[in-house]
Amino acid sequence: MMSNFPVSDIRNDFPILERKVNNNDLVYFDNAATTQKPNTVIDALSDYYKNINSNIHRGVHHLAEKATEEFEETREIARNFINANSTSEIVFTRGATEGINLVASSYCKHFLKKGDEIIISEMEHHSNIVPWQMIAKEKELKIRTVKVSGNGELDINQFKNLINNKTKFVSIVYISNTLGTINPVKEITKISKDAGAVVMIDGAQATSHKNVDVKDINCDFFVFSAHKMYGPTGVGILYGKEEILDKMPPYMGGGEMIKDVSFDSTTYNELPYKFEAGTPNIGDVVGFKKAIEYIKKIGRNKIYEYENSIRDYAHEKLVKIDRVNLVGTSKKKIGIFSFHVDGFHYYDLGLFLDAKGIAIRTGHHCTQPLMEKMKLDGTARVSLAMYNTYEEIDYFIEELKRIINK
Amino acid sequence: MITDKIQREIIENFDILDDDIEMTLNYLMELGEGLKPLDDKYRVEENIIKGCQSKVWLKHFYDNEKLTFFGDSNTAITKGLLSLLIHIFNNRTPKEILESKLFFINDTGLCRFIGTQRSNGLEAMENKFKLIALNSIENG
Repeated sequence: MMSNFPVSDIRNDFPILERKVNNNDLVYFDNAATTQKPNTVIDALSDYYKNINSNIHRGVHHLAEKATEEFEETREIARNFINANSTSEIVFTRGATEGINLVASSYCKHFLKKGDEIIISEMEHHSNIVPWQMIAKEKELKIRTVKVSGNGELDINQFKNLINNKTKFVSIVYISNTLGTINPVKEITKISKDAGAVVMIDGAQATSHKNVDVKDINCDFFVFSAHKMYGPTGVGILYGKEEILDKMPPYMGGGEMIKDVSFDSTTYNELPYKFEAGTPNIGDVVGFKKAIEYIKKIGRNKIYEYENSIRDYAHEKLVKIDRVNLVGTSKKKIGIFSFHVDGFHYYDLGLFLDAKGIAIRTGHHCTQPLMEKMKLDGTARVSLAMYNTYEEIDYFIEELKRIINK
Repeated sequence: MITDKIQREIIENFDILDDDIEMTLNYLMELGEGLKPLDDKYRVEENIIKGCQSKVWLKHFYDNEKLTFFGDSNTAITKGLLSLLIHIFNNRTPKEILESKLFFINDTGLCRFIGTQRSNGLEAMENKFKLIALNSIENG
């Protein structure tokens, strides 16, 4: 057990963790779906609308300048957070899903041709499957999938065999939202790029749990969402290497993304504004800055170490329970536990745990192809975050045992 | 209306549980366990009602202008909900089923305990009962 991590102080910063659910203390184990928000984020949202609210860029008055400054500060701190070269490479989106759609619609639509191949994996979230299916249908591209082994890891040898001279794009999840597996994205990127493919990493589950360095990974695109890392919903970031973003056509037209507009011709704005048509989600972007600052203040290495410690603690207890079957047992994983219980449906389990204030997720977790592969129609999923405690795990384990042995 | 009367009885039975969620869930499970078994030959695609997280089979017979139902579910709680719907709609005419309004879910407070309608498939189940009633009128 790790005892020097300031989990009590952290919990005090998250007001929702103090509330009761169904007359019990809330135990929030649904962090892969969305994380809770610290006071600094909540206060920043309120402060923005009380004191700063104005439309950004192109304004000459005080509030417009202040709002622009705050908005652009988030871009800089996000750049620094993932170690991108320049803020030109940081595009604000509504979330990871929009980032993937943007790249599919802009890059793949314009630079891939009939017969080209896109590689994804069997463990992708629907967000990293459906956009590729849509563009593949339109452009007559082929989608190929990397297999997942029994313990929930990608089969890298099979991946190497999939790669050929038609492989033009590879899009792989960093950390599986269903299995918790941390994929070797640096290795995957190298193999792909050596073959001349462009690489996107879906980092939605990664950024709150571990250090992310896009230069080290060397991927061309990286997407993530603010709400999965203690920030507001409705904001995400698409990182793209400048030379690639630069040659990509805009995804949407409108205000902000233009330089000059006439009825004869329109010239587009420079990066990253070329991809930010319309008034963005300014308030939530401003709040997002506080979420990144919060993670940096606690320290990603410390968070990683603590979360590994509660992961091991939960794992040890879960494997000892009769009839509980874990799905995804890679050694390289974060604190996500998908499981099914012999003779007890996951939906029933979710309801009985909720009666005790324990929030888990049940179902296919937007990874239906993975469920099909595992011959399951769904699982119960516990996903941990830095504010979860050993005591909460004890309480969950006791309730789980009691419920399934009714 | 008879379906209203049955629903009022259901509400009274749930009142005894005093809004205790776990007792309510246990009671639903017990109700489900009491459902008459569904013959395996009826567990076919055309009898399936697919919810987001649960699967339900519903088989009906139309005789003497009345509908009777048999069903099952892969989840215990949904099976309990199904047993309540069968209790309300069994031995009713298609017209009675079509004219009935389900208010017991709200009035028992069950809606607070059983997740969203999408996840438990309740709305899909109610629609299926009504569709069966409608088809029975049209096809005789």
